Formats: sequence, structure tokens, C-alpha cells
Amino acid sequence: MFEAASVATPKRRTKKDTLIGRRIPKLDAPEKATGLARYIEDLNFPRMLYGKILFADRPHARIVSIDTSAARAMRGVRAVITAADINLVPFGYGQDNTALKADKVTCIRDEVAAVAADTPEIAAEAVKRIRVTYEDLPVVASPEEAVADGAPIIHEKIADNTPFRYDYSHGDIEAGVGDSHIIVEDTYTLQRQAHCCLGTSGIIASFDADGRLTLHSLTQVPFLYKNDLARIVGVAPEKIRIIQPPIGGGFGSKLDIHPFEPICIFLAMKTSRPVKLVFTREEEFLATPTRQNAVIYMRSGARKDGTFTFRDVRMTLDNGGRTSWGATTPWIMMRSFSSLYRVPHVRQHADIIYTNNIYACAFRGYGNPQATFALESQIDQLADELGMDPLDVRLINAQKPGETTGQGMVLRTCGLKECLETSAANAGWETKRREAEASRNQQTETPNRAATVRERTKEQAGIACSHCRSMVRGVGMASFFHVGGGAKIYRSDGCGTILKLDDFGAVTVLTGSSEIGQGSETVLAQIVAEGLGLPMKNIRVINNDTELTPWDVGVHASRTTFIAGNSVLRAAREARRKLLAAAAARLKREPDQLDLSEGKVVDGATGEALESIGKIIRGLHFGSKNELIMTTDFYEPPSTAPDEDQMGDISACYAFGTHVAEVEVDLDTGVVKVIKVCATHDVGRVINRLGLEGQIEGGIVQGLGYCLSEEVKVSEGRVLNPSFTDYKLMTTWDVPEMELSFVETNDPAGPYGAKGVGESPLIPVAAAVANAVYNAAGVRIRELPLTPEKVLAHLKAASRPAE
Amino acid sequence: MPQVLDRIQIGMVVNGESVTIMAPSTATLLDVLRNGLELTGTKYGCGEGECGACSVLLDGRVVNSCLVLAVECEGSKVLTIEGLESNGQLHPIQKAFVDYGAVQCGFCTPGMIMAAYALLESNPAPTEDEVKRGLEGNLCRCTGYQKIIEAILSLAVRGADDV
Repeated sequence: MFEAASVATPKRRTKKDTLIGRRIPKLDAPEKATGLARYIEDLNFPRMLYGKILFADRPHARIVSIDTSAARAMRGVRAVITAADINLVPFGYGQDNTALKADKVTCIRDEVAAVAADTPEIAAEAVKRIRVTYEDLPVVASPEEAVADGAPIIHEKIADNTPFRYDYSHGDIEAGVGDSHIIVEDTYTLQRQAHCCLGTSGIIASFDADGRLTLHSLTQVPFLYKNDLARIVGVAPEKIRIIQPPIGGGFGSKLDIHPFEPICIFLAMKTSRPVKLVFTREEEFLATPTRQNAVIYMRSGARKDGTFTFRDVRMTLDNGGRTSWGATTPWIMMRSFSSLYRVPHVRQHADIIYTNNIYACAFRGYGNPQATFALESQIDQLADELGMDPLDVRLINAQKPGETTGQGMVLRTCGLKECLETSAANAGWETKRREAEASRNQQTETPNRAATVRERTKEQAGIACSHCRSMVRGVGMASFFHVGGGAKIYRSDGCGTILKLDDFGAVTVLTGSSEIGQGSETVLAQIVAEGLGLPMKNIRVINNDTELTPWDVGVHASRTTFIAGNSVLRAAREARRKLLAAAAARLKREPDQLDLSEGKVVDGATGEALESIGKIIRGLHFGSKNELIMTTDFYEPPSTAPDEDQMGDISACYAFGTHVAEVEVDLDTGVVKVIKVCATHDVGRVINRLGLEGQIEGGIVQGLGYCLSEEVKVSEGRVLNPSFTDYKLMTTWDVPEMELSFVETNDPAGPYGAKGVGESPLIPVAAAVANAVYNAAGVRIRELPLTPEKVLAHLKAASRPAE
Repeated sequence: MPQVLDRIQIGMVVNGESVTIMAPSTATLLDVLRNGLELTGTKYGCGEGECGACSVLLDGRVVNSCLVLAVECEGSKVLTIEGLESNGQLHPIQKAFVDYGAVQCGFCTPGMIMAAYALLESNPAPTEDEVKRGLEGNLCRCTGYQKIIEAILSLAVRGADDV
């Protein structure tokens, strides 16, 4: 592993002094652990009304008429709105959505009408009394049906039901095929995953006498959101203020404008009263977008020595009845196909197809878990064909520091090789893999493997055990590649900071970036404290009010520690420069002879305390200079937007990592239990070890849910399992042993060398587990989740004697 | 229309304080705590007893307050997250959650802490498996549970034999 370099740490300060790498509890944790934190559902305002939405509850239909009279007649109902009552401004990535739908509904969750009432109960009852007459249209239940001859057109402007296509290529696939010793092809099917934020979605909209709109909103992208909403609801952007209360989970779900948000604003506009709209859990399942589901066909080849020759990918993405960010996930998927390993010839084609299903948005990983499942499964299949250890195949093809990937991304730092080796070593890779293979080979001739394993277990235990289970174990690995230094998707990928010191050395940092539970507030405070030589308790971060904070693109692309971190660090360094200059003048020294530590100006050479920082500031404020220390910064990362061919260095740095999963498969029941996950990540530099571990562990378990049990089931456009009873999240019992390691590559662009990590830990989990299931049980499952019935069906198919 | 025809008077002891409130007969304990008493630390996560975000102690037993009718609580003792802190000091469980990084978005945290409280009351020295069993009814989407389990294990009273 790399040694943590002493970048940016002042001379003479030992590693022990530095805050960087320490375990710092989250600053907002006491507020949350005491129940004092006020989430959206906990906030109330005088004269506040409650909003409720009527959803279509049918997948495809023409709206003939809407009768709202019974709802309007109810006591306590203050407004009922339909599309006829609002500005119908299209929004969303496909510009195919409106707050309420006018003529036609294209999925069950389409919003048709809404009510504002004195109580949630009255609002709910009023919604039930709205009578909508529909003329049902044929339901397009799958992409195959949508592109079949004579398929109904879902949105008139898109005659072929295919609103988006993504193509990417580098090299020449045919040349790669010609150069291949072996070729593997397969199709991988990825399901819809629900974000399942424990706090459901919600918003409170209120107008003041001046027509200014204040939103208490859970958005992850307040500044983009404000401008988009302005257009949709017809309020000037400068009149909109976004305040984010503590957010009960994000994971990408709050990256888009969802129809309930403008609906709530229209209700507030109509009633001139504050309106609160918070989803029930069932609404959360039915009416918020999911992770993008996908069918990925992949063909790839390798030479005899294991060198990859080409990769050819065709994908079909079910876009559902409207477009949110899910449609754009191929933009990230192509980057893993092209750049996780060195491949000279790569091609990707993706069709995004309208259906009458529910639609998908951003979700931690943004397409990458889907892509990585296909990619890393297929690499194991290649290794199998080659008769090589999957670790060796990956090491041969792993990108190296200094390389530029096929898609033009420059890997100034890259710890993939170390990640592969560290996770493998921690997992006991070679031994465990060999044991699993030996056990498998012993039994390949036996038709009933479960019985054989059970007999053997009994023999080994020396008992006659009727309850002995037929368990087999195995290990599997998968790596990932993801942006680690923001992503140049918009014209600016920057973040602003305003930093001010009071007379006593307390710092207020106003950052455009948002805290959604991930711990950015604490990391930013830590970076400022380190930069200014002040204790953590002196730093206060303001990060949730667009009236106060400077612009930021939002919490996405694992960018906050990197981008906002760089911005606060630069603001802190400028404040440090001013402080040292003032101290030097006062102490009659040169600024470079001084340092700041624990709230004091110290001698840079000896560490001797010379003066308190507060005194220096007060000297500046009240002395002859009459100055305050206030600094600002706007950090724009040195990345470039991709060109027309999708080539380009889109991030200021890139994150890598490898997970090795050890699993136990019950051959009788098909249950897969994950015993251990060894995760090694190139994080650039550890900033807050406690927060970092929390992100990685949380990502692993979320990834296990994606892999083993989570699926929003949809049939004929209808969601079959909109509750935690029927949608299985991981619980305490499912938590495996997790062994985490960090490779510190000290990225020169990162704050103190750090890269982003938010999304990474989820990305390789499913692939690693599926590869481990293959190693353990000899079945290759290409479709998530790996439910017991699916695993059992594969086991049965595999044990059936060949005809 | 759901007319509130029958408001019932309910007396209970919440966080050590006697309270009397009028609530509809259909109100849940969760409704009464959040809306009647403004104890919003107890969260609504699903309304059907699956997520545990609304966990409180009812006469010493951990319950999903969304599944308990308020009228059933007549004469009962209820402990919520707001009742753990004393004299401005975090309860040791709250402190452990903070120090061990067991809090991320924090929405599940009050319920988790109440479940942990009930567990440690009945079993002051739980093993890791017992901690997992004690919290299996509480969902968390952020932490992966590991830091929550570590926080609770840090409070487990260890006898001389265990050292």
C-alpha cells in the first residue's frame, strides 16, 4: 500500500497532530440521536394545509373527463387542481413530463389531480372523491412489445417509442474479434431497485406577501432545482429560496424534480397558504422512480495469455412511461466498459425504450452497478474459458497510473492493482478458491450434489444428522471504476464557499454543497479545521439554504468531498494566509516562520505557542487596519466535458476498488449467505476514517440487497410489492463480516489527496457475490436478484443429467 | 368523510410525565406522540410495523408505535427518544451511536436507539448475535448496520469471564 504522503501538512507537524485520517463523529449526530433533528415530516407552519395527489392507477389511458365537484364540496378542502388549473410546462430529461397530466396517462404513477385540505385525513378522503373517466389504451408492458410492429405509440412525438440512443466506440471491434483466442457472449438482466430512504419524500411550499416562494425541500441539487422549478411554476428564480431540513436518505432519489414538488407549489399558489405534501410508504414505492432496470448483452474476447481484445455491448433500457435520469445511465455505464480494464476495442449501443411501466431515476452508482455486474461476471466467464485464475486475468488487464483509458480519461493516480491484491490477500483468495473448486470437481460426476455434500458433511461431523444442510462455500471478486473528482456533466461542476472568522476564532463556512446523511458537513469542517489549525468545535458549516450559500451543482457523482472539499480548503488557505500575515506583522516575524495549531499561532520550527488566533483577529479588527477575515472561493475542477464521441477526461480523478465476497450456498434451499466481504478502495487519502467506513459498509449492504433480495416487481405496468413486507431489505441478520482496506494514492488534485467514495462501495458487490456463487456451486446466474428460488432453479438445471 | 365523532380521553405517563390527551379512537400511539404531544423524534417510516422507525417503549417493552392504538395505552408508561437525555447529557446509548458512527441520515436512529435500550434493559451483556436479534425489526438504509452493532456491543457489560 502507498504511504500517506505529507502533502499540504505544515512542516514540523507530526502525523499525530493532523486531523486528516482521524475518526471524527458526525457533527449532526447528537441532534439526530436525541430526536431533536426536524425532518420534513416534523415541520409545521401556522395555517399550513396538507396536499395529496390522485395517481392514475392505470398504466395507459386517455383522460376523458375529471369531476372534482364532490371533492370540492367537502368541508376543509381548500383547493382541488387538475391539469386545467396549472401551467403545463414540460420538464424532465425527456421533457415528456408535466406536474399533472392533461390528456393521457402513460404509467400507473401518473399524477392526475391534487387536493389541499385542512388535515391529511380530509385530503385523503377528498382525493378518493375525484371521479376520473378514462378510456383505457393497450398496455405496453415491455421494451420488446414497445418496438414490435404496430405497437401503440406512447408519446406522440416519438413514433418508434425509442426516445434515446447512446453509442460509444473506440478501436475496431472486428480487429479485436480477429485477435481473440476465445470469445464469450452472454446476456445479463438487472432489476429495478427502490431507494427505500427511511424518510419518505416530501416538501413544504409557502409564499410570502411579496410573492417569494420558500421551499423546505429534500432536493440533492438545490441550485439546479431552483432554476428548473422557476420555469415550471412560473416564479422568477431569484424569488425562490430552497431550505433543506435534515434529509432521511438520498442515494440519488432527490436528483430530479418530481411532479409532487411543482404540484405542492401550485396548491400553495392557489390557496395562498403553506402546503405540506409528504408521501406514505406505499406512495413512496409507487410514485418515486427506481434504479434503472436493464438488459445487457455483452460479447468479449481475450488472447491466450488473458489480455482482453474487445468488448461489444448492446443494451435495452425500459424507460417506463416518462423520462427521469435513468435514461442517461448508459453515459456512465460506457465508462466502465471502456476504462475499468485496458481493452483496445470497445463498442456500446443502448436503446432507451418507452413502455407503460414505472420509470427510473438516479441511484447510487448511476448505471455502474448494472454495467459492472455484466462486465465482471463476463470476466470470470473469460477466465474460466482460459483456465486462468480470475485474479490473474484482472491483474493482467488492470489500468495503471499514468495511463489514458480508451475513452480519454487520464489516470493520474490508480490503485487498482493494489486493490486487487489487497482484497485477495485479505480474503485468502487462492486457498479458498482452490478448496471450492476441488470440492466442486469431486462432485461433478454425481447427479445429486446436495445429497453428496450432505453425506460428506455428516461423515466429517461423525454424526448421523438428519438436519445436516448441504452447504458449499466459495469466493468471488469484482472491481469497479468510477468518477472520483466530480463529473463534467453540466457546464460547471463547481462549488462555492464563503468563509468568515469571528473575533474569537470561530469559523462559519457557507458551502453550496448539501448534507444528505453522507457526512459531508463533518468532512468539510475537518478540512477547514486542519487548514486553519483550529479545533473542530470552532467550525460551523451552513449548507442548506440557497439564500445564504454560494452555487454548487449538487450531491451527485460522489463529488462533495472532492469538489466542495477543495473549495473550502482553498478558502481556508486564503484565510490562513491572511492570519499568518497579520500574526507576522504583530509578532515581527516572517509569515513562513509561523504556523497555526490548536487555535494558536506557533513558531513553525519549534511549535512554541506565540499568540492565540483570536487575539490576532481582534488585533486586525480593532487595530489600525480595521479588517475582518472573510474569504470566498469558487472551485471548478480541471476536468473537461466529453466531446461528441464521448471521449474526454470528465473527472479530475478516478476511483477504483475491488471487493472479494465469500458466500455459503445452501444446495437444498438455494439460499445464498454472504459470509465476508473484503473491500479495498483507492480513496486517494482517508479524511474521516469513521465516515469513510460508514459509507463503505453502508454501500456494501445496500449492494447486497440489490444482489440478493431487492426487486420492485412490475407486471402489466403495475407494481406488485409496494411495501417493506414484500420488498425485502437487508436487516441486521444479513450483515456479513466486512474487512475494509484503503489504498492511499494521494491524488494531486484532491483535497489533502482525497477522492470521492460515495457511490463506489455499492458498485461491485453484486458481481462479486454472483462470481462467488459460481465458485461455490458451479452455477452462473446472470439475472439479479439471486433469490433462493432462482438459485435453486439454476442448481436443479445444472444437476439434471445431460440428455 | 372521516368525521371525528368519538374523541377519547387517554391518560398515560410519557417520559416520566403524566399526560392526558383527547384523541380519536382510531389514533395510533405514533399519531398521539407526534401530533398530540409534539414528540417528533419518533418517526413514521412505513405505518405497518415493518421498519421500526417508530419504536418506543410501552411499559418497558419495545413496540412499533404505528401498530398500537392510543386507547390501548391508557394508564401505560411510554418512553420515547426524547426521554433518554437527562440534564443535557446524552444517554450512554445515544453517546455510543454518535461516537461509533452509527448515525448517517439519522432517520432510523431514534427507533434503533429505543430498540437498543430495550435490549440492554433485558440483557445487559448481549452477544453480537443477540444484538442482531434485538435490532432485526429496525431497518437502516445508510449504515449497513455494522456501526450500530458496534455501538451497542461497546455498552455490553462484560463479566470477568468474558475478558
